Amino acid sequence: MSTAAPARPAFHRPAAVDEAVRLLAEHPEAVPVAGGTDLMVAVNYRLARPEAMLDLTGVAELREWADEGDAVRIGSGVPYARITAELAAVLPGLAAAARTVGSPQIRNRGTLGGNLATASPAGDGHPPLLATGATVEIASAAGARRVPIGEFFLGPKRSALRPGELVTAVTVPKAAGPQQFLKVGTRNAMVIAVCSFALALDPAARPIDDVRGTADYRRHALAVCAARALRRVWAAAHERSPR
Amino acid sequence: MPEPTTPTPWAAGGVGHSPIRPDAEAKVNGAFDYASDLAFDGMLWGHTLRSPHPRARIRSVDTGPALALPGVAAVLTAADVPGKLHYGLIEADQPVLAPGEVNYQGEAVAIIAADTLDLARRAAALIDVDYEILEPRCDAGEAVAAGDCFRYQPVRVGDPDTARAAVVVAREYEVGMQDQAPLGPESGVAVPAPDGGLVLHVATQWLHSDLDQIAPCLGLEPGRIHLTMAGIGGAFGAREDLSVQIHMAMLALRTGRPVKMMYDRAESFLGHVHRHPARMRYEHGADADGRLVYVKAHIVLDGGAYASTTEAVVGNAASLAVGPYNVEHVSIDAWGARTNNPPCGAMRGFGGVQTCFAYESQMDALADALGLDPLEIRRRNALAQGDQLITGQVVDAVDPDKAAAGAPFSPLRDLIDRFADLPVPPVPAGRDIVDLPGGTGNTTHGEGVRRGVGYGVGLKNICYSEGFDDYSTARVRLELGGPEHDGEPVAYVHTAAAEVGQGHWNLQQQIARTELGIRHVVLLPNDTKAGSAGSSSASRQSYMTGGAVKAACEAVRELWHDRDLADGPIEAVRVFRHRATKPMDPVTGQGESHVQLALCVHRATVDVDVELGLVKVVDLTCVQDVGTILNPVALEGQIHGGTAQGLGLAVMEEIITRDGHVANASFTDYLIPTILDMPPMRLRIVENADPDAPYGLRGAGEPPTLSSTPAIVAAIRDATGLPLTRVPVQPEHLTVRRPS
Repeated sequence: MSTAAPARPAFHRPAAVDEAVRLLAEHPEAVPVAGGTDLMVAVNYRLARPEAMLDLTGVAELREWADEGDAVRIGSGVPYARITAELAAVLPGLAAAARTVGSPQIRNRGTLGGNLATASPAGDGHPPLLATGATVEIASAAGARRVPIGEFFLGPKRSALRPGELVTAVTVPKAAGPQQFLKVGTRNAMVIAVCSFALALDPAARPIDDVRGTADYRRHALAVCAARALRRVWAAAHERSPR
Repeated sequence: MPEPTTPTPWAAGGVGHSPIRPDAEAKVNGAFDYASDLAFDGMLWGHTLRSPHPRARIRSVDTGPALALPGVAAVLTAADVPGKLHYGLIEADQPVLAPGEVNYQGEAVAIIAADTLDLARRAAALIDVDYEILEPRCDAGEAVAAGDCFRYQPVRVGDPDTARAAVVVAREYEVGMQDQAPLGPESGVAVPAPDGGLVLHVATQWLHSDLDQIAPCLGLEPGRIHLTMAGIGGAFGAREDLSVQIHMAMLALRTGRPVKMMYDRAESFLGHVHRHPARMRYEHGADADGRLVYVKAHIVLDGGAYASTTEAVVGNAASLAVGPYNVEHVSIDAWGARTNNPPCGAMRGFGGVQTCFAYESQMDALADALGLDPLEIRRRNALAQGDQLITGQVVDAVDPDKAAAGAPFSPLRDLIDRFADLPVPPVPAGRDIVDLPGGTGNTTHGEGVRRGVGYGVGLKNICYSEGFDDYSTARVRLELGGPEHDGEPVAYVHTAAAEVGQGHWNLQQQIARTELGIRHVVLLPNDTKAGSAGSSSASRQSYMTGGAVKAACEAVRELWHDRDLADGPIEAVRVFRHRATKPMDPVTGQGESHVQLALCVHRATVDVDVELGLVKVVDLTCVQDVGTILNPVALEGQIHGGTAQGLGLAVMEEIITRDGHVANASFTDYLIPTILDMPPMRLRIVENADPDAPYGLRGAGEPPTLSSTPAIVAAIRDATGLPLTRVPVQPEHLTVRRPS
């Protein structure tokens, strides 16, 4: 145990992605931060004590999305509020998921890139990305690489992200048909998902049993959600009432 | 100078109006100083080391490594407590610091002062406590069986065992452990005084009760400790028990420097008491017309490890155990158990909430069994003028329309009958998903949704009961103002009453304006230089400190008749007491134990997604008798807030403990209602003035907390057909884990 008073974390604020990855290579202990809606909660609860932080909010290119024809490339720093407001027509599943994140204040700050890097099983952005076969763009001082979303998540809070790497963007195929996203929580807003459902699920996923809900209930709720989502999509495709 | 013979309220700033609160602007724009915002030069930060175990013997505590950390000024344990080792609101049984054993998870073991909060926390991690872990007792029923109780209170009337009933309903009910969840965490600063005494800046519900508990533990004369109120970020009962007070005072005395303590959210959940969880077995017998014949009940409240206010909570639970209904034969047994769970004590509703869920559920079950309308069965059994509570206390309600002939006036029937003009709201068409169960989660577009309607009635005692000498003190000084007050008279009002967010400061100004017929009223800081105001609890502060300010203003007004303010200020101090009450008989529970009774009736309309078990409360209509409206906006706020806390208990709020360990000490996992959970309310406020109370007022903050919970659960039962005997109702209970 160190006996010295803890130093304030070093704070790096790059203006571009190449500068960001260079700083990350020089300071591998630096924790990237954008909205800070996960990291700062962990800091406040003293579950994280970063020696250094890499503030990505000054990197303008991360905060834009672009229409690429068949897909939308979303910079990792685009906040949920903009995904909901600007992308609902082409990415309805992701936009619906973004709408369920936290409170309006959280949605103004929190980003899809942060959601991916944290890789929590409760991350609201993940099901629609998995369902639509999105691709994660990752940069490091060694260059850029693209990882299919199905290979990105390795386990709860574990991802394919290596030391020195940053999530820079996610490319999401535009919706070719109706999409649904359903999230179950024990409150009508601002709640961490007990479970959520888009149009693809990892068949190996096993619901956990915790204070937010039992595994039995999660399994049950997923089954109901799955049936409803399928009924709705089927009905929309055939122009019938979902009931 | 105006002749003050006929005092009139100043414009819209007097009693009955809703002037802008004196604290409104600062609270809205973020400038208000809460206790957690306090800072002093040379200030140290205090921190508390808490037990991770619900029950353990402490073999040894090694503070050496913590003290060796540079920047650490003091590390104190039970051995350093200067005076008495225990404190408590009613019974001094809670250790200031655990002396040789811990009895709940989160019990304070050691305290640290250091240059920064972060450093104090790091030092805490270096304290080596050698615990011998013991098996905790976490089942309140086992504690009762073993005779380990803070209080047992029976109530006996008639002979329920031989009484004959046409229909009998017997069920068991359970209420989870609710938290007050005030947004402002526990915080304060202790500043050493040059004379060896202390100035304590604290956010508390009752300054003088704090002082009475702090002084003996510090071994100081009370006169050497001055308490002054720091900004309070909500209370709801959580600030009745001490938290940081003695700890920061000990650290300040030891170091000779100001010491600030401030809990984070997780520590706040461990650092204050909660609402008692309850297990209740009720049996109601009624005749064929639905009139109650007898009620038998066993009520077990889990008081946790230390007494706190459990004794008084048990008294309320027992005396209010059947609600506002006539019953000839009664047998109630109420216990407050001692366990190794978190200590439980005061929370809005105070012993009235748990039994209200049970007796109202029973009334619905009887109505169901007899095919009666839920409001009709309550009407038929409603207490009226001259009737007796189960304690023998006579209902002394005054008929607002004395000319009316016929049956004695029933305050409850009066409220119930108002629903005739309040039809259940129709289903709004074309709704957004946020109006449906599951809200933004997009879980239903109407699939699986069923509507239900339910009612709940609550009976709450106002002010302190059972013979407690309850009083409040106010000093009012009237003087001629300077140019900043346009040379008009200015009243300075000095009390120790806690503004916990309810709007009490505003009310004091309103009363002074009305009584003195002046515009300018300045509130002096709440501190222990004033006499005791009693607690901002039990819906009593409008009645008690309102009564004291009114009395002091009246005295000043009288003096003003014969004097000119130009000759000097006029001052009066008045102590206000409500009528005396009596203790409950320990064997029969009989006794005029309560001061004032208050009623509230709720109707809840809910939409339930019966497949997912998700609930959306779509309407809450409330009819409440408040005696006299003193401030319409503040009153509506109290009813909305009380109702929302009852909604929280109905569908989401519960501290989950496992073998004495709290599993959800965060706002991530302890959920409180959001604006999408709490519907807009429709209020029908009734003014049946109480001639005994100042202005005829009736305490209003707590009653809605009682009745909204059973109303919402009744509505969910109506939608699902499930019996639902436990709150909070969780999605599991409506789907995969349906209670039988």
